[in-house]
Amino acid sequence: MSESIIPESELEEVELYHAKSWWTEKVFSQDAKLIAIQYGLTAFAIGFVALVLSWFMRIQIAFPEMAIISEGTYYQFITMHGMIMVVYLLTALFLGAFGNYLIPLMVGARDMVFPYLNMVSYWTYLVAVLVLFVSFFTPGGPTGAGWTLYPPQAILGGTPGQETGIVLMLVSLCIFIVGFTMGGLNYVITVLQARTRGMTLMRMPLTVWGIFTATVLALFAFPALFVSAVMMLFDKLLMTSFFMPALVEFGENLSYGGGSPILFQHLFWFFGHPEVYIVALPAFGIVSDLISIHARKNIFGFRMMVWAIVGIGALSFIVWAHHMYVSGMNPYFGFFFATTTLIIAVPTALKVYNWILTLWKGNIHLTIPMLFCLGFIVTFLNGGLTGLFLGNVIVDVPLSDTYFVVAHFHMVMGIAPVLVILGAIYHWYPLITGKMLHDGMGRFHFWITFIGSYLIYFPMHYLGFIGVPRRYYEMGQTEALYTSSAADLNVFITVAALAVGFAQLVFIFNVFWSVKNGEVAEKNPWKSTSLEWQTPEQPPIHGNFGKELPVVYRWAYDYSVPGAEDDFIPQDVPNEKVKLAEGYTELGVEKT
Amino acid sequence: MVPFILLVLIVGSVLFHLYTPWYSTPIASNWSSIDSTIELTFAMTGAVYVLVLGFMTYCVIKFKNTKSRKADYEPESKKAEVILTVLTTIGVAGLLAPGLIVWDDYVSPPEEAMPIEAMGQQWYWNFRLPGEDGILGTTDARNISADNPFGMNENDPNGKDDILIEGDTLHLEHDKPVKFLLRSIDVLHNFYVPQFRAKMDLVPGMVTFYWIRPTVTGNYEILCAELCGVGHHAMRGEVQVDDANNYQEWLNDQLTFEAIQEQAMLEKKEKLAFNKSN
Repeated sequence: MSESIIPESELEEVELYHAKSWWTEKVFSQDAKLIAIQYGLTAFAIGFVALVLSWFMRIQIAFPEMAIISEGTYYQFITMHGMIMVVYLLTALFLGAFGNYLIPLMVGARDMVFPYLNMVSYWTYLVAVLVLFVSFFTPGGPTGAGWTLYPPQAILGGTPGQETGIVLMLVSLCIFIVGFTMGGLNYVITVLQARTRGMTLMRMPLTVWGIFTATVLALFAFPALFVSAVMMLFDKLLMTSFFMPALVEFGENLSYGGGSPILFQHLFWFFGHPEVYIVALPAFGIVSDLISIHARKNIFGFRMMVWAIVGIGALSFIVWAHHMYVSGMNPYFGFFFATTTLIIAVPTALKVYNWILTLWKGNIHLTIPMLFCLGFIVTFLNGGLTGLFLGNVIVDVPLSDTYFVVAHFHMVMGIAPVLVILGAIYHWYPLITGKMLHDGMGRFHFWITFIGSYLIYFPMHYLGFIGVPRRYYEMGQTEALYTSSAADLNVFITVAALAVGFAQLVFIFNVFWSVKNGEVAEKNPWKSTSLEWQTPEQPPIHGNFGKELPVVYRWAYDYSVPGAEDDFIPQDVPNEKVKLAEGYTELGVEKT
Repeated sequence: MVPFILLVLIVGSVLFHLYTPWYSTPIASNWSSIDSTIELTFAMTGAVYVLVLGFMTYCVIKFKNTKSRKADYEPESKKAEVILTVLTTIGVAGLLAPGLIVWDDYVSPPEEAMPIEAMGQQWYWNFRLPGEDGILGTTDARNISADNPFGMNENDPNGKDDILIEGDTLHLEHDKPVKFLLRSIDVLHNFYVPQFRAKMDLVPGMVTFYWIRPTVTGNYEILCAELCGVGHHAMRGEVQVDDANNYQEWLNDQLTFEAIQEQAMLEKKEKLAFNKSN
């Protein structure tokens, strides 16, 4: 809440590019807000495909005798489901959609620093999505190598999609990374360079901190995926042997030799683990802000929250091989990676404590965004704690590659971040569209999604304890582990999954229906302090702010400040303009 | 209603855990120490789960919005943060230390452990025992042919007495430690027997390992636990743990590499003679 001296602006503002035609205004737009919506809609469209794939998978698992899909199709579906959800939905949504919409508005900038590059970033992403999608219709179909794409299997004949699917997957990933890099540089430089006067780094809302740190992570991590994709393309198309040792395929000696399958895994997870945090950190940031706003209380331990985000981001680069405890890598790596992995649990746990301590002595409004935050805390805590099983190398041994892992990562990086995304959409929808989402549909959507997801993934851990391996088209006759009651449990999980799927249809309907029919949102409906709600127009127009850029006098968490009449003080309001409550002569001082 | 649902969820989760019919299969190896680390992790994480969510539910009840309520303004509390950091660090160390001790055991096979090779290929299991000399002969994927499915090095005298089991049940002797040497000739596989609690990937181009001591006689299913193509879910095998007598009986019936080669040679000669007489 303390005020500091606001620096004079040192440079003149540069005029933004203004669209000259309908095409450059509405389609090839350079406005970060429209690019954000394009990113969001594309990500949701391809994400919906991945959701539908999961329905087929669940029906197959619950009713194997129906054989609704073949073995090959099953493996293709699990692969596409995983890759789409992790990269093309979650990464694109958090960074491309939320990053684009919120960063300039929240730091008080008129737009991203490179608007043209920003536009190219989206269209490159769209190409990546289309290349991936096309693989469904090529001979042999999409790859069925599992989303981890482990060689040698990924490029050999025993795996579906070996003809073209795998090539399109690798090419699509490369295109995605190119597109992301353009956007990512934009987000980072905008945060570093284009903050308005008074917006010190420690006054940025945690949402920006989360997205910013995640983008830095992604800029370091994605190149590892890029090189592994290029090398695997060479192995597949040019018969090089980066990842391919001498081997025999169905009785035939192949000409490969000398490559290392484990090298691929190291490269993949050097990307893959930070990727978990690329998804998690923006969720951490957003949920911190939503909890604070809807509990009308400052986030507890703000500085600790910032350092935890940065610390988790840094640590996330030295834990990757915990995905490889039983990969056959040098077993002594286990000691190192188990230690680093469990260390990362400490800052993560602190974040959970601080979210709940923010609720403590708050003024909790059980709005839909707040409900999603509570759901996030439950599922994230659950998934975080099961991470202590899998991160502790020896405990991972029996559980690795079983349904325990499937349940763990869906809880922690599927459901938990998705609950944040959904909560964030309910929260910022009025800003983006000027309308409120329908409350009744929203509450229905929340409860089915939250309870349903919990019922899917909580019991699923126990299938892992029995020892049911993941990525099995069917369990067949395995009386010792897969008893008839375990089969019944799988039916139950499938029913819950379909119910959750149905609730998403209600949500999609609500999003489109409310654009026209929603209640008109009042200005700053959640009474938030951050700059995106302080624009002259709601929704904000191109250029975001009026003639003058806002000047920031305080952090983003001045809720329920003693002495103030309102229970929030926007960041751009100086102390002398704050309306004091009755009986007070000064902010923060006891009543006289 | 919100706190009520949260309470049902917390209590329900605990009850589910206590009364679940779905839990680990009865253990059949020496790795009960792994099960103990799981139990320890469950106890600690379970307590944290209940405490943290219980406190959250309390906050939702106690600090729910009313007209007159105003939130506290308390930016941070160093004391609370330090206490929570220290407690969490202690808890995490308490999980990690015993875990690493057991892991050390897991990656240090005893000297007397018998080496047994498990060789995976799409989509079945082969096994190789070292024979009387106790040493497995060398192999190379490039030697693999219809006559030499294991890729044995024919010039290696250590390999002559190796016992080869192609696509059939592996027998182990009760209470005798075994070091599995894992080899794949095509893609990644994983040698996993749930009752043994142990697993490790098979990686083409290298040999990986783990060790166990089977403690309960009986028949167990091997499940491949690393995606290996369309037949992954069907890549099953069998391990039979026998007492000493039955094991010896089974072992006596198995053929060595040399015996298999001689047999093949004989068949070839017969074929040749047959072709000539025609």
